[in-house]
Amino acid sequence: MDVRSLEKKAVQIRKDVVQMIYDAKTGHTGGALSSTDIMTTLFYGIMNITPENSKHPDRDRFILSKGHSVEPYWTILAERGFIEKEELKTFSQFNSRLIGHPNNKVDGVEMNTGSLGHGLSVASGMALAAKMDKKDYRVFTLMGDGEQAEGSVWEGAMFAAHYKLDNLVAIIDRNRLQISGCTEDVMGLDPLDKKWESFGWNVMEVDGNNIEQLYDALIKEPACIDKPTLILANTIKGKGVSFIENQAAWHHKVPTEQEYVQAINELDQMLEALEVSHE
Amino acid sequence: MNKIPNREVVNDVLVEHAKTNKDIVVLASDSRGSAKLAPFAKTHHNQFVETGIAEQNIVGVAAGLASCGKIPFVASPACFLSMRSVEQVKVDLAYSNTNVKLVGISGGISYGALGMSHHSVQDLAVMRAIPGMTVVLPADRFETQKMVEALLETYGPTYMRIGRNPVEDVYDSLDYEFRLGKANVLHEGKDVTLIGAGETVRVVLDAALMLEKEGIHARVLNMHTIKPLDTEAIIKAARETGYILTLEEHSIYGGLGGAVSEVVAAQCPVKMEIMGIPDEPAVAGTTGEVFAHYGMTAEMICQKVSAQLGKKKEA
Repeated sequence: MDVRSLEKKAVQIRKDVVQMIYDAKTGHTGGALSSTDIMTTLFYGIMNITPENSKHPDRDRFILSKGHSVEPYWTILAERGFIEKEELKTFSQFNSRLIGHPNNKVDGVEMNTGSLGHGLSVASGMALAAKMDKKDYRVFTLMGDGEQAEGSVWEGAMFAAHYKLDNLVAIIDRNRLQISGCTEDVMGLDPLDKKWESFGWNVMEVDGNNIEQLYDALIKEPACIDKPTLILANTIKGKGVSFIENQAAWHHKVPTEQEYVQAINELDQMLEALEVSHE
Repeated sequence: MNKIPNREVVNDVLVEHAKTNKDIVVLASDSRGSAKLAPFAKTHHNQFVETGIAEQNIVGVAAGLASCGKIPFVASPACFLSMRSVEQVKVDLAYSNTNVKLVGISGGISYGALGMSHHSVQDLAVMRAIPGMTVVLPADRFETQKMVEALLETYGPTYMRIGRNPVEDVYDSLDYEFRLGKANVLHEGKDVTLIGAGETVRVVLDAALMLEKEGIHARVLNMHTIKPLDTEAIIKAARETGYILTLEEHSIYGGLGGAVSEVVAAQCPVKMEIMGIPDEPAVAGTTGEVFAHYGMTAEMICQKVSAQLGKKKEA
């Protein structure tokens, strides 16, 4: 895998995400930008999926449990050819398929999500089906850190460990912010690694905005025999745009025209810098 | 008197079909005993999944299994399955359109003495308000068998509610036509229509037989499918009998009576009576005691119908 090209891809996706949110005047900007590197790594570097055969029974599965971070998902599905790029312009418009949460009317989306705390159980069911059918596909789910307060997450955590679902990888977009502020002020989560370990999971901690680290953690198959894997991906909410980074207020704030121009400029500079370092 | 509870029939049908249909998966939330599914768990342990007492997770897991081609049957007490996991039902089953069959066991006031926490008398209202859900209740052991077999043949998320104890037979064999969404006429009449669902079908049928002796001819509809509702049978009953009475083991709000009256009020307004559990924490007791307490008996139906038809005659 070419890490540098994925890094550029991730910046391009961030630009498209900002564009979509600016055009639609709605979206979850902060979480979309924090989770872009994770989804980019999965869809370009890890998962065995193709738009030509999107329902193949042996495909890897992805469940976006933090469904509100849908903008990079739509962008990636368009980039990878599951949907037409033109359709991205309909994001959140009347009667569009590309709504503010994953929608399984769209090819490449396994299940509808949007309500937090659902993805892990659904992903566990898919991973269990693979075990029953002796198939070797993998199942990935991306959760939010604020989502960890949902009790159903821990029902799912117990279940996946009990059934030794080592074909299941859950990732937490650990950006430490939720809509009301710092996760540790809203509802303390730390030590999150110890919590998951105590539930019987193989826990790995990575820089969730570092594609190389994400790739190295995700490519191992399985990362730990007989245990599901939890990747604690430490991220920066709003990653890539200086004034959006680490600001809880940007959970679902929409950029003004000036902010939009500045955001695109910053991302363009980042692309240029990557080009230079690449050469 | 029949000694076989409907939940045992569910087990038997699934045990039989799972021999050849390897996609069938049964899930239980520490409920294999109360669901009478221990034989399934034993004979088909590779197709049985225990989740522990975790009703949200069990529904989500079932949805994931279904999305990979399995046909999951989730058997868990109706009181918890229809309430604790309702959001998973809404999002993971109905919204995502997954082929999961929920079997709410010990429904209604089956757990009579255990109190309101264990009564499920809002489940029909909740489930039928969710788009895409099929909602069914079998009248007896024969219908339970036909219903489970029909569900195996039909794609889509479903809530099936069954009671805990054996119920008196309504049918005498499997030799009748059962179609999801199509009510069965069990007794013909033109003076009134009595509609039951699940375990109240036997009660309204008994009421019709009693009324017959008084010279009142009651039509009896077995509304085994609450959703999609057989509106045609309801409109026909309203037109031809001019008076409809429903009896359900459920709150009088939003269940069978609610569903029927929505159709009657909009399409053919006639006199209606909705009998069931009133809007209060139901009294504790056996099913028979609770039914008697709330007048959910064949005798009370006869009294109500006679009085109403008497009034009509005087007018």
